[in-house]
Amino acid sequence: MSDLLTLTALDAHYGDFQALYGLDLSVSEGEVIAIIGANGAGKTTLMRSVSGLLRNAPDQITYRGQPIGALRADQVAALGIALVPEGRQLFASLSVEENLLIGGKTGRSGPWSLARVYDLFPILQERRAQASTSLSGGQQQMVAIGRALMANPDLILFDEISLGLAPVIIRQIYDALPGIVGQGMTAMIVEQDIAQALSVSSRVYCMQEGRVALEGRTGEVTHDQITAAYFGVGA
Amino acid sequence: MIEWTGAIVQGVLLGGLYALFAAGLSLIFGVMRLVNIAHGDLIILAAYLGLSTTVLLGVHPFLALLLVMPVMAAIGYVLQRGVLNRTLGPDILPPLLVTFGLSVIIQNALLETYTADPRKLSGGAIDTASLDLGGISLGVLPLLTFGIAVAVIAGLQFIFYRTSLGRGFRAVSDNQDIAQLMGLNKAHVFGLAMALALAVVAIAGVLLGMRTSFDPAIGGGRLIFGFEAVIIGGLGNPWGTLVGGVILGVAQTIGAKIDPGFQILAGHIAFLVVLAVRPNGLFPRVEH
Repeated sequence: MSDLLTLTALDAHYGDFQALYGLDLSVSEGEVIAIIGANGAGKTTLMRSVSGLLRNAPDQITYRGQPIGALRADQVAALGIALVPEGRQLFASLSVEENLLIGGKTGRSGPWSLARVYDLFPILQERRAQASTSLSGGQQQMVAIGRALMANPDLILFDEISLGLAPVIIRQIYDALPGIVGQGMTAMIVEQDIAQALSVSSRVYCMQEGRVALEGRTGEVTHDQITAAYFGVGA
Repeated sequence: MIEWTGAIVQGVLLGGLYALFAAGLSLIFGVMRLVNIAHGDLIILAAYLGLSTTVLLGVHPFLALLLVMPVMAAIGYVLQRGVLNRTLGPDILPPLLVTFGLSVIIQNALLETYTADPRKLSGGAIDTASLDLGGISLGVLPLLTFGIAVAVIAGLQFIFYRTSLGRGFRAVSDNQDIAQLMGLNKAHVFGLAMALALAVVAIAGVLLGMRTSFDPAIGGGRLIFGFEAVIIGGLGNPWGTLVGGVILGVAQTIGAKIDPGFQILAGHIAFLVVLAVRPNGLFPRVEH
């Protein structure tokens, strides 16, 4: 399998604060990888860098061999990378359906359409005309996922999709994931809920203070290794 | 009594013109939180472009709009992408300063090009035509202006809430970063919003030029009337803006009826009263 996305010595800064230090990471076509790590490890910064919300040096991020590190978010989106952002971030003045429609703004063709998203999350069809802010947290998360799918991405990034949701809702959403990534879509899943993240991924990166502390196949890394990489102790 | 009724009706129709002044201002503020100090001068620029078109091509001002609207829209797009986008950010001062500077530049450019002599757009028979309604004489042009104002606001509402372009405007207004993630280039979306606003400014400018004489210095006053209409009606509500324009217009015509020197002041007083009683305007958009 060839690399779809490659990060090479990725540095990222917020003003004077450096959040990522020489990060190396690669994702193959069709692969689902999990990125875990404590608060402040740089997971969200990584997502913001890949999606173009944070601009980097061009060659630090390549997608299908093309340097994309310095592209704007809308240019990255047009290439087929979609982000489900942390905290859902729906458009408050748009209805549920309008939020989904705007996800399709890139005009990329593919299997995902309004009808397919409603198949995946039937509750959204019932609530389609409602303001997105009137939905429960779990339903809002479904809209955020559906909105990203509407772009028919080749690579989808999930940032903390279980954050602030009830366990039963989290299970529901994770149950829906195979139906999404089973279509050959490549996915990067950022999670604090390690068990949940490992259950759907084939490879895992554990981040610590802006660096990769551990990388391995999900079945091969041990609980102790993860603990050590997560907290930066032992090893 | 009939005289007062007449004054009120004239004021309502005048309010249509003020709503047109305000519509573009409100659109720009809504989409990108930009307060455009040069808005009034752009209205006057549109009036002069209308004048040049009618003189050079020998066409009616309404026909001139077919040229002035796209030209103003193009000016808006280029201005936004070339200059104003660079001023937008967390600090609200740069756009104020830059548009203030723009206002001075436009006024002086108009002065150099057209001199300070008052000019007027001639609409021919329509300028003086009137309808007699039970003793109240209504000018056809003011009636038409009001009708156009209603149509423009309805059109803007349609664009905002029923089209993909409007969805983009609202999404960028809600959250610029996330809108960018959806593939919307905010620089382009802002350019389109300014283009749309200046197309409306073109209509406002030509109708103003047909109604009264104008010179390069009167843009500031039009800006104030536009602002007052927006604030009276409540930010973010286009129909509120129409009501705001009408209240301002009626206050002015009633003021003028009491004493001709009292016209402008009466409008400002009505504005201040609304601001004192309802600081958010009469019909602010309900936030979700």
